[in-house]
Amino acid sequence: MGILTLITLVPFVAVGIIMLLPAERLKTIKQVALAAAGIDVALAVYLVFDALERVATPGPAGAPPLWHVERHAWLDRLGIEFYFGVDGVAVLMILLTAVVIFCGVLASWRHEHRGKEFFAFLLLLVGGVFGVFASQDLFLFFLFYEIAVLPMYLLIGLWGTGPKEYSAMKLTMMLMGGSALIVVGILVLFFQSGSPTFAMETIALKGVPLATQAWVFPLMFFGFGTLGGLWPFHTWSPDGHASAPTAVSMLHAGVLMKLGGYGCLKVIWLMPEGAKMWGTFFLALTTVNIFYGALVACKKTDLKYITAYSSVSHCGLVIFGLSTLNQTGFQGAVFQMFAHGLMTALFFALIGMIYGRTHTRFITEMGGLIKVMPFLGVCYMIGGMAGLGLPGLAGFIAEIQVFVGAFADASTSHRVMTVLAASSVVTTAVYLLRALTKMLYGPLQDPHHAELTDATFVERVPLVILVFFLAFAGMFPGWMIKLIAPSVAPIVARLGAG
Amino acid sequence: MHPGLEHYLILSALIFSFGVYGMLTRRNLVAMLLCVELVLNAAALNFVAFHRFLFEGDPAGTVFPILIIAVAAAEAAVALAIVIALFRHRRNLDVRAADTLRG
Amino acid sequence: MTGSWFLDHLWLVPLLPFLGALLIALVLRPLTSPRVCSGAAIAAVSGSAVVGWGAAFAYFAHHTGETLVPWQTLWLAFTPSFAGNVGVIADDLSMLLVMVVTGVSLLVHIYSTGYLHGEGGYSRYFASLNLFTCSMLGLVLSVSILQIYVFWELVGVSSFLLIGYYWDKPSAVAACKKAFIVTRFADLGFLLGVLVLSAYAGGLDFAHLADPATIARLEGVTLLGTSALTLAAVLIYMGAAGKSAMFPLHIWLPDAMEGPTPVSALIHAATMVVAGVYLVARLFPIFSATPEGMTVVMVVGTFTSLFAAVIAVTQFDIKRVLAFSTLSQLGYMMLALGVARMESPLGYTASLFHLATHACFKALLFLGAGSVIHAVHTNDIREMGGLRRKMPITHATFLIACLAIAGVPGFSGFFSKDEILAAALHGGHPVVFSVALLVAGLTAFYMFRIYFMTFTGEPRDHHKFDHAHESPPSMWVPLAILAVPSVLLGFVPFGSFVYRGEVEHAGIDFAIAIPATLAGLAGIGLSALLYGRKSGAPAKVAASLGFVYRAIAAKFYFDEIYLFVTHRIIFRFVSAPLAWFDRRIVDGAMDLSAQASRLGGAYLRRMASGRLQTSLLLVSGGAGLLMLFLILAGQPLFIALSVAGYVAIAATVGRQIVLLLLGRTEPLKRITRD
Repeated sequence: MGILTLITLVPFVAVGIIMLLPAERLKTIKQVALAAAGIDVALAVYLVFDALERVATPGPAGAPPLWHVERHAWLDRLGIEFYFGVDGVAVLMILLTAVVIFCGVLASWRHEHRGKEFFAFLLLLVGGVFGVFASQDLFLFFLFYEIAVLPMYLLIGLWGTGPKEYSAMKLTMMLMGGSALIVVGILVLFFQSGSPTFAMETIALKGVPLATQAWVFPLMFFGFGTLGGLWPFHTWSPDGHASAPTAVSMLHAGVLMKLGGYGCLKVIWLMPEGAKMWGTFFLALTTVNIFYGALVACKKTDLKYITAYSSVSHCGLVIFGLSTLNQTGFQGAVFQMFAHGLMTALFFALIGMIYGRTHTRFITEMGGLIKVMPFLGVCYMIGGMAGLGLPGLAGFIAEIQVFVGAFADASTSHRVMTVLAASSVVTTAVYLLRALTKMLYGPLQDPHHAELTDATFVERVPLVILVFFLAFAGMFPGWMIKLIAPSVAPIVARLGAG
Repeated sequence: MHPGLEHYLILSALIFSFGVYGMLTRRNLVAMLLCVELVLNAAALNFVAFHRFLFEGDPAGTVFPILIIAVAAAEAAVALAIVIALFRHRRNLDVRAADTLRG
Repeated sequence: MTGSWFLDHLWLVPLLPFLGALLIALVLRPLTSPRVCSGAAIAAVSGSAVVGWGAAFAYFAHHTGETLVPWQTLWLAFTPSFAGNVGVIADDLSMLLVMVVTGVSLLVHIYSTGYLHGEGGYSRYFASLNLFTCSMLGLVLSVSILQIYVFWELVGVSSFLLIGYYWDKPSAVAACKKAFIVTRFADLGFLLGVLVLSAYAGGLDFAHLADPATIARLEGVTLLGTSALTLAAVLIYMGAAGKSAMFPLHIWLPDAMEGPTPVSALIHAATMVVAGVYLVARLFPIFSATPEGMTVVMVVGTFTSLFAAVIAVTQFDIKRVLAFSTLSQLGYMMLALGVARMESPLGYTASLFHLATHACFKALLFLGAGSVIHAVHTNDIREMGGLRRKMPITHATFLIACLAIAGVPGFSGFFSKDEILAAALHGGHPVVFSVALLVAGLTAFYMFRIYFMTFTGEPRDHHKFDHAHESPPSMWVPLAILAVPSVLLGFVPFGSFVYRGEVEHAGIDFAIAIPATLAGLAGIGLSALLYGRKSGAPAKVAASLGFVYRAIAAKFYFDEIYLFVTHRIIFRFVSAPLAWFDRRIVDGAMDLSAQASRLGGAYLRRMASGRLQTSLLLVSGGAGLLMLFLILAGQPLFIALSVAGYVAIAATVGRQIVLLLLGRTEPLKRITRD
């Protein structure tokens, strides 16, 4: 059994164990969940080190390098294979997922209500996410994609807050709508490929007819884009994130939305000509995303909504980077997936912890909190700084690459959109500082808040891990670029070749 | 006179029609289950007949009736369990009263 | 290898304060006492100062005029062939700044131990101060424009942290937010400038950017009706203007005085605000090649120097006067750069000369003001007076600094100002020259205005006066140390150390020195006349100016204008409608589609009666229809049947629509069940 199967299987095994345990033994259940996440973190870290060694050897022409390949026939007649393998981008995404679930489990350590099912669904979802990142077969990819998306309905619907049924239904319906577009696209690709195969590499290298690309590309891009928060199909995300419990928000904004971006990258690889036809269109849409998300966030007062709209803006940057269709833009987009994953996970973890103390999420009802909870306050500040693209933290590396990539295209429309997108750095500073200073600075808003306590040890661990990765990736981006660059270079080469 | 393929087909069509008619008209759940068995066995009879007269070499003709019998057994077990649960719950087996799945 | 240990280990200069900040924040603050924290901070900066000054001496002794890069590494590869490097650069410019930054920072660290003694957040303060020092040193030692942008943002955030040091004070919170957002807005220009360079320059290292071939290439590209070179220069200048608080981006600096006074001395007088000047100086080859860009630099600098000086005359908060004075002096430095060209680089040297002398005397002024504030617990000069007797050392050093900034001959400010004036006149800008001369007079006037009001005459608030006392040695020693260069720095032959192009020795040009000195003395004299003794004259003058005076005192209402634009226009007319649009239109469309399918479902649900046998009938009916389809496909009967079917469906839908229009929305009513 290869390492990728192992990584994917661990959460599913943990789900099995958790289901067998009696619901009263919540402590053991949490330990099992944490152990599974821990094993995955260890495996993911190994995978990264291993990938850094393998990165020198290139893959087949026109395709990203592929490591740890496991390929078995599965449903032979239809050409469906069990086909695992990772490139540099997938390795980073697996690392991100492992880190976020580990932190997510720790952040929900005090979760009580129906704990058994909660952790089981959480791990089920994560297993699906790992599967997506490891899959090289479109059918398998879609299978895991659905496994990852569906538990969200229950996780929000059962354990959420506020109008949770509405949010859960909206989220599921919109994402299913996206999935419908994706599955149509996959089937078209399958049938036009001639030979019965779902293997991405084969389909991509064989080439898709131009006429097909012209309409299937936007179809699939919108499909994945919906999960990636593409405007105007982003509205599931603010409501969904606001209603979801802490760990679910962390996982959803931190990891699941990345599936969208990751899928978009694969779609560009599969259909480069379509990408060239539609690139400017999607660039325009994501400019709206970036600009508009930031401006709307300026108006919100609920911390979760602020973070959710900032996610809309930041995830817009991912697809914006992809729509530039060049090396720098791609690198920036992948980097942004990683950076945004960490920082929203940090944000949502913090919001959960702060809400657990103040019992409000409205910044208008908070103030001066840094005095009573300095640790949480400082972490929030670091997250905020990462969000507004402060150098030294991961967000900056992503943003600067995306902007440089977008500006490299000499067409006026690209230039205008780059300037608009770049101007969001100011708006982002406005809403983040507004929230930050209102919540943390100033006199204490509520006298009851004076008795609140700072983070406990268990709460500190995930925060420290997330902050560490944010800073590490921000100060030493080299190793990540080393993984990303050769994995996106073949895609760029294909775009240039046609 | 030896019965030919068409005789078997006519017989199975009759059994099938009785089954469907029963399913649509009988109010009693147990009676409906019996009719389902009729439908299933009509299909099985078809398989065997075709196997015997047209495709003697193909094992599918013998495998499928066995499969059908197995499925019918399983189905009967589940269905009877439901019937018992329903009876305990409602004290009668009138299908027209059991419309909780109404949209 | 450069032959000097200090130069080879130049990277220690920014690294030491960074480690200091990290150590304090993570280990010392939670585990030990505040004193240990400040000790560690001072040790880190001392180490950095030793290495920095050692390197500077080694550089000026052996390498003047060369550019050394003791260490650099690839940091961010945008593409395999286009990367941003980080490292440390050693040339006259960076060495000068390293000396200024480490020197002033060390003194401010020491001073702060006295100024903030016993306050909450003491350790946090020192960690932030170390972080700032690290960022500033990283900035001045940058090898590429990417690196300078990185540290540019980091000094911004340290400034944010330090202005917001008193974080329960609403005005401080507003000030730190304002400082960050205004400079961030300016940095957008910087970022876009970097993007222009990234697209056309082919590299981001300063060595590459200064290359005539690169400049020629940038000149060859036309962008928005101008050359890429000019566009990049103007955009980058926007960033520089934000950090150096040039008009109209100056509004954050006076408010930044909400931070502790040592912070104002270090960040908002001596070091961070000159980063803009440093940036333009660093990109001098680029700016020099674009006359349009240089004109912008010059005009904005000249205007700011006059504008701020005029406002400074009317302010009563001692720190605000100093802040506007800083603005004015920064304008001076900028205008000096603006008149310089590669062919006539006197302004370049003059600007950096003034940067160095200004750092000394302005830090001294701020620290002196801090000492006063520490003693009387107010910023308002109307509540001070006669403090000369109570605080002799503070008084003496403050007077020295005032004389230096007023440009009295023999003091450092005289020499550097003289050189700026000379550069303006010889560069062929008589208007700039005369404005600068006027500003020199105004500077002397308002500086001595606060000097007289603070230190001489009778105390105006006796209660405060009685409690005043000289500050502890930790505070007055740095004052005394800074007083030395404030006097003597002018005698250093600066032009032979820091220059571009040919070495130019200005010497003293009496045609310039005499009017400049006269302007300064006139300002001092007028000030002595108005404020030297108790009189109602200032109030009368103010009253006679009426609206003009009120407008100046209100800083020309710039804060109000900005507030109006940001709060009224952006929040109310952009953000709020967008939020509404998102909720009602975008989300509304999603909800509408959900409603539509619900409506359809509500209608179709009638088919799902829940009756087993009805469902069965439908299934068998469906199967029958399918069989009919197979048998009859293509026959006239089938076509007729199909048409009948379509008509039936259309009729049903039509009936439903009519029902909806008539308001008899039967299906909708039934939704309420779930």
